[in-house]
Amino acid sequence: MSISIQSIHKTFGTYTALDDISLEVPDGSLTALLGPSGSGKTTLLRIVAGLEMADPGSGRILFHGNDVSEVTAGKRGVGFVFQHYALFPHMTIAQNIAFGLDVMPRDRRLNRAEIRERVGELLRLVRLEGLDKRRPNELSGGQRQRVALARALAIRPKVLLLDEPFGALDAQVRKELRRWLRQFHDEINLTTLFVTHDQEEALELADQVVVMRNARIEQTGTPQDIYDEPRTSFVYEFLGEVNKLPDGRYIRPHEIELRFAAEEGVDVTGRVSHLFVAGPFARVSVSPEHGRRGELEVWASRDQVEEMALANGDVIGLHFPSVKKPG
Amino acid sequence: MSKHRVIPGFGLSLGFTVTYLSLIILIPLAALFVKAGGLGPAEWWRILSAPRVLAAAKLTFGASAAAAMVSVVVGLLVTWVLVRYRFPGRRLLDAMVDLPFALPTAVAGITLTSIYAPNGWIGQYLAGWGIQGAYSPFGVFIALTFIGFPFVVRTVQPVLEDLGTELEEAAATLGAGRLTVFCRVILPALLPALITGFTLAFARAIGEYGSVIFISGNLPMKTEILPLLIVAQLEQYKYRDAAVIAAGMLIVSFALLFLINLLQRQLNWHKR
Repeated sequence: MSISIQSIHKTFGTYTALDDISLEVPDGSLTALLGPSGSGKTTLLRIVAGLEMADPGSGRILFHGNDVSEVTAGKRGVGFVFQHYALFPHMTIAQNIAFGLDVMPRDRRLNRAEIRERVGELLRLVRLEGLDKRRPNELSGGQRQRVALARALAIRPKVLLLDEPFGALDAQVRKELRRWLRQFHDEINLTTLFVTHDQEEALELADQVVVMRNARIEQTGTPQDIYDEPRTSFVYEFLGEVNKLPDGRYIRPHEIELRFAAEEGVDVTGRVSHLFVAGPFARVSVSPEHGRRGELEVWASRDQVEEMALANGDVIGLHFPSVKKPG
Repeated sequence: MSKHRVIPGFGLSLGFTVTYLSLIILIPLAALFVKAGGLGPAEWWRILSAPRVLAAAKLTFGASAAAAMVSVVVGLLVTWVLVRYRFPGRRLLDAMVDLPFALPTAVAGITLTSIYAPNGWIGQYLAGWGIQGAYSPFGVFIALTFIGFPFVVRTVQPVLEDLGTELEEAAATLGAGRLTVFCRVILPALLPALITGFTLAFARAIGEYGSVIFISGNLPMKTEILPLLIVAQLEQYKYRDAAVIAAGMLIVSFALLFLINLLQRQLNWHKR
């Protein structure tokens, strides 16, 4: 089911959290809201969920063309996963997952056997079979997050909303769970909107990335578009490593070409201050000569570095083939 | 202790704890039981089964339990308002909650009596409905409610603050209505703290003396509480009777508090 966000405003007292936000989330897509803290991404997610209401008269939220702006969170049919899981501590894992099914109005509620069956299915889906009788505090962070996901999915939501789903996990678990979520999304194909401040996570996971800053959307596009064609200097600096040239232009480390200092087409010469070879790649830090400040990061191939017999302290030339100046 | 700790001194602190508890609590209580123990079981039974003692016990434990229950309900409501809402005067209200702790209980008793007496501000309206405010078991209950509810507020407040709103929001997105969220998510989370608050309010009410003696009227068999009965025995130089009643009261209180603690552990088992 598609989500359509139309000119949403949100203020908390005198603070503007969202300033005229419009966004289309296509059916079945995995969309990332990416931005630093305070950019408004979580507020936007909460408004889509119905946990927060947009300013009166400001705009609309449509699910599959239906206006849900006035519909309460419980009736929107969204699955919401919180950063800190928000599992009910006094219930077992099975009771947590079944909660949404247990509280349905009597006429739509499944019977006990059906609920038990659905809970079993969900436990298999998130690969936590056999943990149904445990309590949340007996599980690891990654397991708890998967329980939270299963609980959200139990009510067969129309859209899935994840608020910094991996934020509280350590790096290793985060990577695994991220990959798992990608596969999982490809299997169930549920329209998913997730919030993150981690650019790597957004680029690796999402079909569509929405970069937010100061209550506004800076840029929307596929991860490839956003990385290759950043529209603003903020997006350039926020996504991946980038070198800022003194004239305000930006160039990514892999776009700079290494040459000998005396070769043709050298834009800048400099001294190698640090050289690190990792597998087939080499990271070269270059301090430009002629009093320019700041180091330039260059990613080159190991072959080239070995061919040129580069070492710390060598003077080399740099060529900038495609320097962009964001609008 | 072979295990190294940042702060040493286990022996010293335990020694102090035991000494202190002995001097302040154990020795006086032991003295009480020694005094009461001088009598045989038959004497104990004769004193404790006296109608006047039984009536006082019924009033003391009954009114204390009722007042503690009301304190739990009112205390939860007050805590909710103080934690969940931001309004002008909130801090003032928060500070006011502690007043029953600080006020001399006699002052509270006299004030409550004058207000709830049949010709008092509130008492006159109660009288109109045929309810006697002061000088009745109901008056005892009012005084015990007054002194009990801060215990509930102060035990529940930090727990509710820690609880946050995420659990409620999670339940709401799953389709739970407000009543369901309250009964199935918030209440279970607060229950251990509510029981602690109940226990404290109940224990305090059982021992309360100062405020009750003014408002109750102290009619034997009707509005006399156990602590007052003990004092009355002392005034008649019946030291052994007083000691036996006090010891009996202590045993019953301890048994009740112990039971509540067991219940508490049962409820808290998922946190262990």
